[in-house]
Amino acid sequence: MLCKRIIPCLDIKDGRVVKGVNFVGLRDAGDPVEVAKRYNDQGADELCFLDITASVEKRGLLFDLIERVASQVFIPLTVGGGVKTAEDLRPLLNAGADKVSINTAGVNDPTIFNKASHFYGAQCVVAAIDAKQTRPGFFEVFIHGGRTATGKDAVLWAREVADRGAGEILLTSMDRDGAKIGFDIELTRAIADAVSIPVIASGGVGNLQHLVDGVQKGHADAVLAASIFHYGEHTVGEAKAAMRAAGIKVR
Amino acid sequence: MVFFVPRTDNHPPPNLPLEGGGTSGDFGVSLKSIAIVDYGMGNLKSVAKAFQHVAPDQNILITSDAKQIAEADRVVLPGQAAMPESMAALNASGLRDVLLAASKTRPFFGVCLGLQMLFETSEEGDTPSLGYLSGRSVRFPKQHRDHDGNMLKVPHMGWNAVHFPSDQASHPCWSGVTDGNAFYFANSYYAVPANSAVVAGVANYPDPICVAVSSAHIFAVQFHPEKSADAGLRVLKNFSLWNGAA
Repeated sequence: MLCKRIIPCLDIKDGRVVKGVNFVGLRDAGDPVEVAKRYNDQGADELCFLDITASVEKRGLLFDLIERVASQVFIPLTVGGGVKTAEDLRPLLNAGADKVSINTAGVNDPTIFNKASHFYGAQCVVAAIDAKQTRPGFFEVFIHGGRTATGKDAVLWAREVADRGAGEILLTSMDRDGAKIGFDIELTRAIADAVSIPVIASGGVGNLQHLVDGVQKGHADAVLAASIFHYGEHTVGEAKAAMRAAGIKVR
Repeated sequence: MVFFVPRTDNHPPPNLPLEGGGTSGDFGVSLKSIAIVDYGMGNLKSVAKAFQHVAPDQNILITSDAKQIAEADRVVLPGQAAMPESMAALNASGLRDVLLAASKTRPFFGVCLGLQMLFETSEEGDTPSLGYLSGRSVRFPKQHRDHDGNMLKVPHMGWNAVHFPSDQASHPCWSGVTDGNAFYFANSYYAVPANSAVVAGVANYPDPICVAVSSAHIFAVQFHPEKSADAGLRVLKNFSLWNGAA
């Protein structure tokens, strides 16, 4: 049976790994290849790169980065940020990305999921959903990096992207992102149980038990975390040991 | 480095020596070559990069040139996109004859959709495929459940343990790989061979499905060895050294 996956997430700006709190005080956190290798050596099941490069002219640095990582790290790579059309997937996949996540562009034009899935296969199309509880029991989809409310119900939107051909959902709780108090279990579970495609839980991990809870209580197929790994609080190996001890099947 | 031969190039460059002193130094000794077949679908670079990593002394070609495929020591049929589009592209490429010949005469490796294409048909768009092996590819059920009734997600995405039928454990392509090692999968369809003797590996989801096949010069896997860390690289290394005898 499938193992539950642990996915370190790296923020990328101008071809370098950066870290900071809420994009404030960004500082260089190293060469992407070295960071990717380190996580690979620790047993990461997959890596996620989120490109926050602002300028279009520096976008090429991302392709170069993916090429270099894909030449030396042989685990799946998901890349997100800046995708506007289905055609935008091709250069990322050609550079070595295995999956591409689509967020704002998917809300603006949901047919991007149908097109991308048809051309490249569902297995490389990830729908990224940023959600926030805006009234009791209602999780609303936000776009533009969390700045714009859409009025969309996150559970219904998750079903729609799955029906349109997305192969996976990367679900981020905006309420929990950076808070280090654990995944939003109610949100994660509502979406994981509503769709037949895999769901990656993101946002809020502050300790290893949070990863366990994301799988056991949130029903996530994979758990994504950034800061607990970046700041050396825990290794991916420790995260796997904690999940294994809780009875979760990991690689 | 990897040599990329554009599909429209009628005059492919000669097989140049590898960058970084990859030549043998023995005058007249040519490099072994692995041709990764480019029929116009999907990302072939990841497969090429992984082969380059495990076989730095070999010439890794991404090619749609029939002559290069015919002359290659080993041939790789990759695949990751949808079956109808992939078979249409392969049929339009004019490479079917050279691939059939290669599959009978040289070590021939199928990856992911490249495994499913070896069979006669696929449920995906009711597509006729290459027919080197008897059988067809089918989809996991829409409402897929484990034996306790819990939902199982499709695509079958992530790392799953691969087990060997006892008569296949000694296949050279499994050398150094342990029964139960996990590999990375991303598939909604899987092959159902008519002849169970070709099954070289199974994975449980929840029931056993065929995830590797072996038949004479052919070895193929449903998982992505190029994305399966050390275990996957070992399979690629094994193939790069395999002489085609089981």
